[in-house]
Amino acid sequence: MKTKLAFVFVFFFLLIGTALNSFGQEGNETVEPFDASTFIMEHIADSHEWHLWSKKDGEAVAIYLPVILYSKGKGLDAFSSKKLAHGHTHNGYKIEEEGDLEGVIVNVNEEGRVDEANIPLDLSITKTVVGLLFSCIIGLILFLSMSRSYKKTGISHPKGIQSFLEPIILFVRDDIAIANIGIHKYEKYMPYLLTVFFFILINNLMGLVPFPPPFGANVTGNIAVTFVLAMFTFIITQFSGNKNYWRHTFATPGVPFWLLPVMIPVEIIGIFSKPFALMIRLFANITAGHIIVLSLVCLIFISKSLAVAPVSILFVIFMDCLELLVAFLQAYVFTLLSALFFSLAVQEHH
Amino acid sequence: MEQISFAAVGAGLAVIGAGLGIGRIGGSAMEAIARQPEATSKIQTAMIIAAALIEGAALFAIVVALIA
Repeated sequence: MKTKLAFVFVFFFLLIGTALNSFGQEGNETVEPFDASTFIMEHIADSHEWHLWSKKDGEAVAIYLPVILYSKGKGLDAFSSKKLAHGHTHNGYKIEEEGDLEGVIVNVNEEGRVDEANIPLDLSITKTVVGLLFSCIIGLILFLSMSRSYKKTGISHPKGIQSFLEPIILFVRDDIAIANIGIHKYEKYMPYLLTVFFFILINNLMGLVPFPPPFGANVTGNIAVTFVLAMFTFIITQFSGNKNYWRHTFATPGVPFWLLPVMIPVEIIGIFSKPFALMIRLFANITAGHIIVLSLVCLIFISKSLAVAPVSILFVIFMDCLELLVAFLQAYVFTLLSALFFSLAVQEHH
Repeated sequence: MEQISFAAVGAGLAVIGAGLGIGRIGGSAMEAIARQPEATSKIQTAMIIAAALIEGAALFAIVVALIA
């Protein structure tokens, strides 16, 4: 018990120590006022480089990720994003600094004029893509090793990683799939439900850990990622809709015929709004959590006083625990609602 | 006096709605558990799901406020 207490104290002192370090660098006159919203947006948004830390003279230490572009005139181009850092132009490409196209890589010809009609297709490996690939690797390692050990030992008592993952898989099967879709039809949807549950869970958890580099990428807080997940749910729902489902949508039983012109658009909007809500719910929950944690850390820098540090860090720890709960909960709610939509699509007439 | 940011005001109003909703769910969940302590885990699960859905609606408003 005493060693555990000692650990906690050492941890706190280390945290306060890092806060102290940031004050040691504030001797020079050229310090601008700290802009909290830019700081937060930089950490949440996707970027072409992985910023690790800033050295004392303002130089940034970062991992420069590859930029892959495809444009009609020049074809496929790939180079490190270091060439585009700090507004440099490379090979006729540059990152637009302001205006409508801010942050987008655009084509520039020799005079320096931006070619608006021919914006290159940006297929780069950005921070989010690296996080995504890394979480896929983690998922593959976990589940392939689990299935291999099942093949070797057969259906016996689980050991190793199986004993951790099996209750969760059974939970998804019993409480989410069978409870909603029904015991006869749930098997078709199990692979998708399991994949989506663990994908969201692993990515949420990875977003909570700030360091070292493959962690700390804000994958599920990127609306494009959640859009694709919601689109998968939407496509599977529509393709597994049986006659009963379409009858409910276009000729809801029990509705008088003069009300149908109102009901049909409402039902069609409902078909699209349900996956849309899934997408927004996951994105907003995860992004809001990250913004809260970052704002609490920014409190130290905004107030420029050291006394705020212990309070702020305690708040951050509390918010991180809440974020942990939200990570599991959002994975569960996404999977549950997907199963619910599938059940609506395959329901038989009672 | 600086300009009022309506986006922030809107986000605050949305949180009022979420707070009221989740508070009501929590309250009824407490009463239900008090009536029938054996059903605690089922009630708890239902409460958490309903809270997540209501929070989803509130976060719609936050997203719109962020965009503005």
